[in-house]
Amino acid sequence: MPFLRETETSAANAVGKAQATGLVRRWRVGEKVIEGWIVLAGLLTVAVLLGIVALLIKEGVPIFFHTPPWEFFFGTDWYPVSEPPTFGIMPFFVATLMVTAVATAIAVPVGVACAAYLSEVASPRIRETVKPVIELLAGIPSVVMGFIGLMLLSPVIQQMFDLNTGLCGLTAGIMLALMSLPIIVSVSEDALRAVPDEFRLASYALGATRWETIRHVCMPAALSGIAAAVMLGVGRAIGETMTVLMVAGGALAVPNSPTDPMMPMTAAIASGIGNAVRGGLQYQALFAIGLILFVMTLGVNLIADRVLERQKRKFGG
Amino acid sequence: MIATDVQNRKSAISGKAKLTTRVVRLHYGDFLALKDISLEIPERAITAIIGPSGCGKSSFLRLFNRMNDLIPNAKVEGEVLLDDIPLYGEPIDVVELRKRVGMVFQKPNPFPMSVFDNVAFGPRRHGKRNRRQLEDIVERSLNQAALWDEVKDKLGQSALALSGGQQQRLCIARVLAVECEVILMDEPCSALDPIATLKIEELMRSLAEEYTIVIVTHNMQQAARVSDMAAFLMMDEDRSGVLVEYSATARLFTNPSDKRTEDYITGRFG
Amino acid sequence: MAFRWIKSRASSQRIAFVLLGLATLIVVIPVAFILVQIVVRGAGTISWEFLTDAPSQAGKAGGIGPAIVGTLYLMAGTLLFSLPIGVLAGVYLTEYARDTWLTRLINMAIMNLAGVPSIVYGLFGLGLFVLAMHFGMSLLSASLTLACQALAMTVTTSREAILAVPREYREGSLALGATKWQTVRHIVLPQALPGIITGAVLAMSRAAGETAPILVVGAAFLLPRLPDSPMDQFMALPYHLYTVAAHVPGMPEGTPWGVALVLLVVVLSFNLTATAIRLRVRRRRIGS
Repeated sequence: MPFLRETETSAANAVGKAQATGLVRRWRVGEKVIEGWIVLAGLLTVAVLLGIVALLIKEGVPIFFHTPPWEFFFGTDWYPVSEPPTFGIMPFFVATLMVTAVATAIAVPVGVACAAYLSEVASPRIRETVKPVIELLAGIPSVVMGFIGLMLLSPVIQQMFDLNTGLCGLTAGIMLALMSLPIIVSVSEDALRAVPDEFRLASYALGATRWETIRHVCMPAALSGIAAAVMLGVGRAIGETMTVLMVAGGALAVPNSPTDPMMPMTAAIASGIGNAVRGGLQYQALFAIGLILFVMTLGVNLIADRVLERQKRKFGG
Repeated sequence: MIATDVQNRKSAISGKAKLTTRVVRLHYGDFLALKDISLEIPERAITAIIGPSGCGKSSFLRLFNRMNDLIPNAKVEGEVLLDDIPLYGEPIDVVELRKRVGMVFQKPNPFPMSVFDNVAFGPRRHGKRNRRQLEDIVERSLNQAALWDEVKDKLGQSALALSGGQQQRLCIARVLAVECEVILMDEPCSALDPIATLKIEELMRSLAEEYTIVIVTHNMQQAARVSDMAAFLMMDEDRSGVLVEYSATARLFTNPSDKRTEDYITGRFG
Repeated sequence: MAFRWIKSRASSQRIAFVLLGLATLIVVIPVAFILVQIVVRGAGTISWEFLTDAPSQAGKAGGIGPAIVGTLYLMAGTLLFSLPIGVLAGVYLTEYARDTWLTRLINMAIMNLAGVPSIVYGLFGLGLFVLAMHFGMSLLSASLTLACQALAMTVTTSREAILAVPREYREGSLALGATKWQTVRHIVLPQALPGIITGAVLAMSRAAGETAPILVVGAAFLLPRLPDSPMDQFMALPYHLYTVAAHVPGMPEGTPWGVALVLLVVVLSFNLTATAIRLRVRRRRIGS
């Protein structure tokens, strides 16, 4: 019985053997072609994102040669068709901040409370009934929400606050709150459910009531997830166009209070782009606003992502 | 180390080594999972790889069909040969290799398709399209796997509806259908009940007349029942898997040369 | 003394729970209210003629047929351009890409594509498809623009669906000597299909409801004839709603509600379909 075989250690011999028995590596052309398409698809996706940034920069940055950035950001006069035209976006920026603030002020307490209810208090049956309703809310197109705000909410607001028109930041903020609620509730609920049961059990064992447990154990533990939820909601409110276009009033002055009509940045772009001469100054200015919007929402989303990842690592998802 | 290995190594039955490893080392990144393992696995026989859990038996098995390639930072040093053909360090067609060296997994993993499609999967991927041809192959493979009688009227039904033992035999039939020469079995019975286990062991003995079988098992009685040669692997102080002893099964279990083998077999650890 | 203390803790819990429940009601009631209002006020306008005729008198009379058709075209176009690329990109990210900085960058890119405001997509579409590529204000430009927006969704859902396919299937296939693409094509993708379809349906639903991008890129208000080619302009439901809601004096009261109802029905039925698929898959997975 042979113990050690005589080994053919020469590489050429080995390859020859492999070739003879068909084991040599072959070029599977079909595989390579398909792989090529697949890689292309991946790159195309990145290209779209890069393309957006590139286009916004290419079309938007030139305005800063006409209007220095300081004047652009902090100027309060937006008169694109006067001679000379001025481009100050403070009215839009403040409007965005205001409607977002209103929306957040409403949606965060309500949304987090609702999430706490669904995650900690509600029976499975209630949860199974409410969650589809929230998904339904998420599915309502923004133009429909704007329409509802226009037809049903703004008359109420007009009456309630004795205004000239119900089309103001408050109305827009309320509708935006409704639109941010689904994401705030959903992400907060996930965060609360990710809190390990052991924490709750330990709290009960120490004699705490359910509410005390929710308030002092669950919520703090889920805080980063809830913070992320809030940020995603804010991002949604900042980026929403149709609702604010239809309902916020469209006034060009810097708003003083939420009951003033106003024009957030998204609405400014939407209403202005139709008239803007391609490549002209107003066109460039609108693209610049788009760039700012992009950066704002990107920033908010990135932070939210980081926070969510950290929470996942803490509790293992 | 190598001297000991040479002493312990024996080629059983036909005397021809189907699979060979020479001072093979397997790294997962910085971690050395297998250290300096050299042995020859005889053809048309059943070789069992035994040892305590975590010592690298499965990793060792996967050297032979290069399934370790799926792990991103796995690196192999030394030589692994199939019929004298080096499987590492040379431009080998891994796809073709896996046709010749098939694998059955610990948990039966039939595809979510019909019984027929499961067995025909391999041949179809390798280019066989003729329906008649496929039917013959499927029947032959299921017969070889001692499953034909039980499923011949259910070929179109989902494979997931079979029992655990049947599913594992289906996986074996699947491997046979691609006309392999070696069957690697990674704890094939650990998820099965005793009766199904016995059926598979019977099957193994009948298959060993034509195929080379290497089985990893943590069940020593099974190794003693079923195998011709047995290799005992263990973790050394650095948690690398090393070959402690390798000889004919009868000898390893009744008269082991190494004290560590004896300790393991008599249940003093593991 | 202790009894009073326990009682007040119990009652503060009760109050707290009532408030939490109230918050939930505040979320739920508006939804129900909105849906009911749209149905009640819009149902009266719905008729076969309304759904198929072209608009006349600046939308004050006639129907919304072309808008419905335009929306259907948009959905089809979005699907056509975003699904194949989305699925393949999902395959790339899960099966082919190694865990390098590039892969992580791509994943981050996709997650952030989802957060870009729709008006920004409109600007992108305007600059790239309408102007730079000279497609003009057309169905093609709008479909491509909406497809870019949908891309994030189709890639993400494809990725998740593919990742959910158990490793054992892949290992089993590769161990039989199948190539990577064969494994993807015959094992992974068929298993991931329900998830991918769910993503596709949701993308189409989004395309149906989006206004801002098409406002910028191609929708027309009154186009009595249907688009003959992808280069034509087109009508679309959401844009039609936007215009008839506030920009046409003398609009009969029910018409905008009718449009809103139709749009809502289209969008929600797609969402419902996606949810149904998702539930069916989950039930089947648990069963097996």
